[in-house]
Order: sequence, then C-alpha cells, then structure tokens
Amino acid sequence: MENFYGFFLDNLLIIYLLAFTVLLGFEIIAKVPTVLHTPLMSGSNAISGVVVIGAILLVRLTDPTDYLTLSLGFAGIILGMINAAGGFVVTDRMLEMFKKKKK
Amino acid sequence: MLLTFIIEIFFLLGSIGFIWGLRLMSSPDTARKGNIYAGVGMTLAIIAALIMPLEGNVPNNYAWIFAALVVGTIIGYYSAIKVAMTSMPQMVSVFNGLGGACAVVLGLADVLHYYDGTKVVDTLGFLTVLLTLFIGGVAFTGSIFAYAKLEDLVDDKKVTLPKHSVINMIMLVGLIGLGAYILMQGEAIGMEAAIIFLVISLIYGVSFVAPIGGADMPVVISLLNSLSGLSGAAAGILFDSQFMVVGGILVGASGTILTVMMCNAMNRSIWNVLIGGFGGTSAVGATATGGAVKEISLNDASIQLYYSQSVIIVPGYGLAVAQAQKVCKEIDDQLSANGVDVKYAIHPVAGRMPGHMNVLLAEADVPYPKLLDLDEANSALSSADVAIIVGANDVVNPAAENDPGSPIYGMPVLKVWNAKSVIVLKRSMRSGYAGIENPLFFHDRTKMLFGDAKEVLSKLNSEIKSL
Repeated sequence: MENFYGFFLDNLLIIYLLAFTVLLGFEIIAKVPTVLHTPLMSGSNAISGVVVIGAILLVRLTDPTDYLTLSLGFAGIILGMINAAGGFVVTDRMLEMFKKKKK
Repeated sequence: MLLTFIIEIFFLLGSIGFIWGLRLMSSPDTARKGNIYAGVGMTLAIIAALIMPLEGNVPNNYAWIFAALVVGTIIGYYSAIKVAMTSMPQMVSVFNGLGGACAVVLGLADVLHYYDGTKVVDTLGFLTVLLTLFIGGVAFTGSIFAYAKLEDLVDDKKVTLPKHSVINMIMLVGLIGLGAYILMQGEAIGMEAAIIFLVISLIYGVSFVAPIGGADMPVVISLLNSLSGLSGAAAGILFDSQFMVVGGILVGASGTILTVMMCNAMNRSIWNVLIGGFGGTSAVGATATGGAVKEISLNDASIQLYYSQSVIIVPGYGLAVAQAQKVCKEIDDQLSANGVDVKYAIHPVAGRMPGHMNVLLAEADVPYPKLLDLDEANSALSSADVAIIVGANDVVNPAAENDPGSPIYGMPVLKVWNAKSVIVLKRSMRSGYAGIENPLFFHDRTKMLFGDAKEVLSKLNSEIKSL
C-alpha cells in the first residue's frame, strides 16, 4: 500500500492530466451529431496515429547496429503513419462532401 | 534550452489542435476545419519528435525515419484517395488495426530491451508494457478480422465455435494470470513468457470479434477504435509523452462514447453484444405468419410516390451493398421537383458503422438537413404519406415495440408503420441479420417491392420520369 501512495504522489500531475483529458474527451464528443459519426470515427482514428511519435523516438534512440529494433521501429513508423496520414485524408474527403451541400 | 522550449510548445499546440479539432467536429459546417486542425497538430508533433533533444549521444538514424515516414504517408494517402465511400467501414477498420500494430511494435521493442538489460523498467512500467501489448494486439488482429468480415472474406457462422464465450473468458483469465506471473517473476524468467502473452493477446483479438457480426458491427468497430486509442495512450506512458497520452485518451473517449451510443440504440448492454449475439433462436417465429404479403407494381409505387405530400426514405445496409445511394437521390430530386417533401430517416445502427448511411447520402449530394435522426424521424413519420424502406429490416421491426417475446423487444426503432402507407424494397423474404421475423412485411399498410435495391430504384426512377 505504501508503494501505491508513493506512486500516486509521484505521478500526481499525470493523473490530473488523465482525469481531465477523459472528462474533456467525453464532453467534446458527446456533442457530435449522428450525421458526423463516421467522420468523427475516422478523424479520431487518425489521431490514434500518435503512436508514430513513439516509433520515431524509438528509432532515434536505437543503436545503428541493432537491426532488429531498427526494423521494428521502421515498421512501426510506417504503420503509424499510414494510420495518421490515411485517416486525416479520408476524413477530409468525407467532410468535403458534407460541406459542399451548404447552400 | 530554447530548443526544448520550442519543442514543448509544439507538443502543446499539437494537443490543443486535437482538442479544438474534435470540438469543431460537432457541426457539419466547421467539421472540415476541425479535421485540418487535428492534422496540423499531428504534423507539429511529428516535427517536434524529429528534432527534440534526447539524452546522451543519440544516433538518430534519420535515413530510416524519413524513409518510413515517406512510405507510410504515400500508402496512407493513396488508399485514402482510392477507397469507395461504401467501403468506409473496411477502411476505418484497417487503419485502426495498423495503429494497434504500431503500439504492439513499441511494446515489443521495450520487451526486448528489458530482457537484454539495456532498459531498466520497474514493475508498474512493465505492467504498462504488457497493457500496450494486450490492448494494441487486440486492436490489431480484431480490426483486421473485422475488416475480413466486412469484406465478406469470412463467414460469421463458420468462425463461431461452440461455447465461444467460454473460450474467450478462459483466454482472458489466462492472460491476466500470465501477466501477473510475468510481473512477479521480473527478469528471473526469459522473454518467452512475454512473447506468449503477446501471441495469446493477438489470438484473443480474433476470437473476440469472431462471433460478432452483421448488425452488431457498429458496436465492435467503435470499441476497436477506442482500444487503438488506449493502446496509443499506454505507449505514450512508456515514452513519457504527454502528447501521446492526450491523443490516445481522446480517441479512447470518443470510441467509448460511440460504443455506448450504439449499444443504447439497440437497447442492449455492451456485455450482451460481446458475449452472446442475439439471444439464440428461442423466440423467433412467434409472430410469423401474421397474414399475407402484398406486392405492389412499379407503376403503382411510382404514382403513389409522385402524388404524395411527404415521403420518408429509410435506408439500411442493403442500400450500401447495392450502392444505390445515387439512384436514391435521383428519385428524391424528381419527387422534390413535383413538390413532394422528401426526408431520410436514419437509425443510429443502420449500416455497418456509426453514421454509415449519412456518409453514403452525403456522397450522393443529399443535403444534411434532410437527414432525420431517430426522434425527429419518428415524429415526422406519423404525418408522412409514404415511408419507403430501402434495405433496412431490424431497425423498422414493430416487434421491438409490441412483442415482448421478440429478441429485439425494447430496441428503439423507426415507427414506419405510423405512415399512411409503407413500401418495402427487399431482395427476398429472408429475415435480417438477426434472423428475426419482421411483422412489418405482413402489416395492413405495407406493400412489398422485391429485387436488388439499385435495380428496383432505377426502374422506379424511370417510371416516375415517364409520369
């Protein structure tokens, strides 16, 4: 239990961040109308491409002779980037259709 | 110092871009701008990740990074440009799976470095690694399998094992047990245990999606979306990146809300969707043989539509399968030109992902104020002259209202039978995904038009033209 208290106190800021982000996320997204559910999903899907940041940091930190990790990181960047780039582009395509209908 | 300051400002602006972008997504007028804000946020963060100063003598390996960034961007861009709007659920599933796969890769790299001693991780840190592997793994294989289902590459019934929910439960308990064991043993055991943990997670992803299909797809896709976000957040903790945590949690929250909304729209709990599909075959057929089915000729149907005051079109998955959205809009134009008030009634779970129908109709240039959600549609239906149902079934089933024995009893449905008359476009008399009889087809006010949605609508369109 002492460990747990310690962990809580040491990571207070990140716990605040988690709590507020969760609440903020719920608050923002609950307002999105049914019409926009698919674009919301593909847009937020693109945001889940943030993992690419991790992959970039991983490759930057890897010893150039450690080919296993380099290949993992390389694959990770490609995967994350397809997710991010593809997601934003496809969402834009969809939203463009919604927009031009405004008379 | 200055560089670090600028980098952190980039990450901060990136997070704000995400939040503000999602906020703008709440209106069709500003949504496109919102998506661009989020994209700019991501770009800023990628630039920051490329140049941020890291401790020690960093090798950087920029050649690898730029090659991968270019390859990923090109693949992502072209698949996004090429995909048809009807295949949007498939596309979202694949992208989703790739995000999960990326998180798995990050977790795996940490596992390697933990066991070869190049990275020191405490128990809580390693718990995060395992969570990244599990959530990312499930999001990865689950999404890819959901894609296969949406593409009809696998048959829902063939991949469901007997006692499937028990098997899933055993796997889940096994994963928790194995995870706890790995954490307690620390470096005392080799990395094989962690690899086995990952493999079971990957199998679990497939297994948990396997028995869920058809009309339940919107729930699963929302859930997988939420998981891929959470895997990103977990990976963010591994890399000590607040930016990744914020992005991942926002996606997790959005996926969770959509999951809950989809479940509410079916009046079922998430547990019920994940465990059991529709409650077996027990109550099916209780209301069958309610009377004779009446057909209507194309000519009669076109006259009826052309000379009514208000028509409500109820699209379902059949519209997407037949790619009939454009013909639908042509009929709408002709009717509107004759002064008919045409609206569309969209059930939240119509189609295979949240909002699927809205996107298809938007593609066909239907203005969004014409799309009514469940409540608006139900009040409009009671004063409508004709409700025409195109490829929808369970979402217009009156049994949900008045037959306590029906498996979908209590699910909010579109009350199309309140319209003065109902025309149902349907391929055949087969029941919908859920295998539930639909008394609507035998209703006094209902007339049937059999055939492929696109074919029938095209014929109807030319009939109306000739009036």
